[in-house]
Amino acid sequence: MPIFYERRQLVTPGDLLAENEYINGENTYKENGKIYATRVGLFDYENKRVFVVALKAFYIPMVGDTVIGKVLEVTLGGWMVDIRAPYLAMLRASDALERPVRPQKDDLPSLFDVGDLMIAKIVAYDRTRDPLLTVLERGLGKITRGQLIEITPTKIPRVIGKKGSMIAVLKEHTGCQITIGQNGRVLISGKSPDDERLATMAIRKIEQEAHTTGLTDRITDMLRKEKGEKTEKEVVENVSKETWKTDR
Amino acid sequence: MSSIMAAKVRQKRVAQLIAHGKRLDGREPTDYREIQIESGLIERAEGSARVRLGKTEVLVGIKIEAGEPFSDVPNEGVLTVNAELVPLASPTFEAGPPDENSVELARVVDRGIRESKAIVLEDLCVEPGKKVFIVFVDIYVLNHDGNLIDASALASLAALMNTKMFNYEVKEGEIKIKPGYKPLPMRNYPIAVTFAKINDKLIVDSWLEEEQVMDARLTMAAEKDGKICAIQKGGYGYFTAQQIFEASKIAQQKAVELRKLVVKE
Amino acid sequence: MSQKKPGKLIDENDVRLDGRKLNEMRPLKIEVGILGNADGSAYIEHGKNKILAAVYGPREIHPKHQALPDRAALRCRYHMAPFSVQERKSPAPSRRELELSKVIREALEPSIFTEYYPRTAIDLFIEVLQADGGTRCAGITAASLALADAGIPMRDLVSACAAGKVEGRLVLDLTDMEDKSGEADMPLAYMPNLNAVTLLQMDGMLTNEEFEQVVNMTLEGCKQINQLQKEALRAKYEAVKEAEIEKEEVEEEGEE
Repeated sequence: MPIFYERRQLVTPGDLLAENEYINGENTYKENGKIYATRVGLFDYENKRVFVVALKAFYIPMVGDTVIGKVLEVTLGGWMVDIRAPYLAMLRASDALERPVRPQKDDLPSLFDVGDLMIAKIVAYDRTRDPLLTVLERGLGKITRGQLIEITPTKIPRVIGKKGSMIAVLKEHTGCQITIGQNGRVLISGKSPDDERLATMAIRKIEQEAHTTGLTDRITDMLRKEKGEKTEKEVVENVSKETWKTDR
Repeated sequence: MSSIMAAKVRQKRVAQLIAHGKRLDGREPTDYREIQIESGLIERAEGSARVRLGKTEVLVGIKIEAGEPFSDVPNEGVLTVNAELVPLASPTFEAGPPDENSVELARVVDRGIRESKAIVLEDLCVEPGKKVFIVFVDIYVLNHDGNLIDASALASLAALMNTKMFNYEVKEGEIKIKPGYKPLPMRNYPIAVTFAKINDKLIVDSWLEEEQVMDARLTMAAEKDGKICAIQKGGYGYFTAQQIFEASKIAQQKAVELRKLVVKE
Repeated sequence: MSQKKPGKLIDENDVRLDGRKLNEMRPLKIEVGILGNADGSAYIEHGKNKILAAVYGPREIHPKHQALPDRAALRCRYHMAPFSVQERKSPAPSRRELELSKVIREALEPSIFTEYYPRTAIDLFIEVLQADGGTRCAGITAASLALADAGIPMRDLVSACAAGKVEGRLVLDLTDMEDKSGEADMPLAYMPNLNAVTLLQMDGMLTNEEFEQVVNMTLEGCKQINQLQKEALRAKYEAVKEAEIEKEEVEEEGEE
């Protein structure tokens, strides 16, 4: 069987993975019947499809993706938004306003100013132009509170988990609202900074151990332990906490 | 992007033909275009030559001036080669300081002349460590229709062979010019042969349209005894080891043919 | 080919000044991912050469007119620090640096899937901190790793080294002194998978037979370097892994 590596083995660009009847999946390419890796990562295969789970890869926009962006520039027609991709994205004023823009009357910075964060969806993107965003749907728009963390985009699926199992665990045990951007940005909004910190810690751990098994259980245990200890501490020390204000 | 890009259809045609060993102008893969060499056309220069390789035209002027030697070779004259892709030579050439293409061109031509020890630099020493003659080789590309390297190298060699140095004597540390001339002392005659790779085939002396579809180019210079004295690969593609060996053999043959045009037996 | 005279650089037993055999490479040390801001980076020590390579991109391209409609534009700057050589070198880019920036770019471009990222720039910076012959090769070797470290998809790693002729003998991996006094120096860069030579230059004089031998010697050297590059990439991953994984989680990972 012309496959040259075992599942989860580390491969580097140019490593010969398989030959002939296999199909090349992500992070691989086929030439003269041979399939090679294009990135550093873990080798894997499913049926006849051979692929590499990349250690590091930057985000490439895809139409339909929900992303978290940061406004870099306000222009006459809208906003230039950094979505952590090789291309800057554009949000048209007409989209945010839901009507054509009136340059003299409309004050665009009051909607989104430089430095503002937003949750948006990519509505258009092809090889000839930069990605186009929309904020019109439910759940999209300016972000006013919460903490933003950035992780490698390839680990996002792990943060979501199979059928949302991982993100469900995070939400349940931290009580935070967690919004995931396909571009490797995660927004955490909790009732207290401690909760947000807990969620951040969990997500960082997921990012580092994304390639291991049994992660969902380990995260659940970790969260329980952290909260368990806290509760005991509170009881024992009878500390009165200040009310924390949530901030961005 | 070049404003002289041939239409895609024509580019495809050029590439397809080459895949079958044929070229658009009817040449064989190892044929050069018609070559015309004229020497001594710039009287103010110590030496000069103009080469027309097909429609590519390069003029080289040689100036000799007194100067200081390099500290690590105090007994030798100095060779310096410069190239200008003059804006009138092509819509793609812009005025301004030398860009990477003109620097590469100059350095590749320089390499062939320097490594083959073509000029007897030791004979250009006036006072060791203090005064030597500097040979300025200035390459002036007048029309770009492909294969600037070979045309420039050929013109440089012809210009050097055409170069006459004034007679002189040294009085009180100063150079005094005497009547009469002698030829620039030369002992080798390097010839550059450049290959283009198109559709995995090697062709020699690419013209402009062929250069627009080539993957990569390989220049090999050979000196009078057939040794290789300079190599430069250029372009975004690659060569296999086999292609490189094939090229070196063809380069040696072509160098012998081309040398006959410049060096009369 | 060789007269076994003892010379200044190679003695009568074919041992070089630094103790190496004719076809022995200088020691190499490579580290990947050592710079915090760059998208990818690598540091190489090859003999006395000390070279840093960093990659930014793919990213928006400035100035806009340099953008290519169908692929990423690879831009490369090879630069030597003023203190990298015996006699201080002016920081202004020299003609040599300009030429080397070009040939290095052309050596790496065939390995990158630039067509995946039209209208962007991939910026590559190679800084020579200390030089001792073979800097363009070591620079290419490090740059290829920096590109892989940045997660830019590649066809293969590019491995580079030089060989040549010194005091009548054919040798691998010339030092600066050997290059200056020797009869020929030939740097070469290679993508082992595709059997593709992406950089080839030569100064000096070689007969056809010598040339073939030198090319073959260099290709072998490049294959050795390729192995070291892969190990360096693996080492970075292993370091990350060891720091995190709890002992119960021992799974079999990247052993080759």
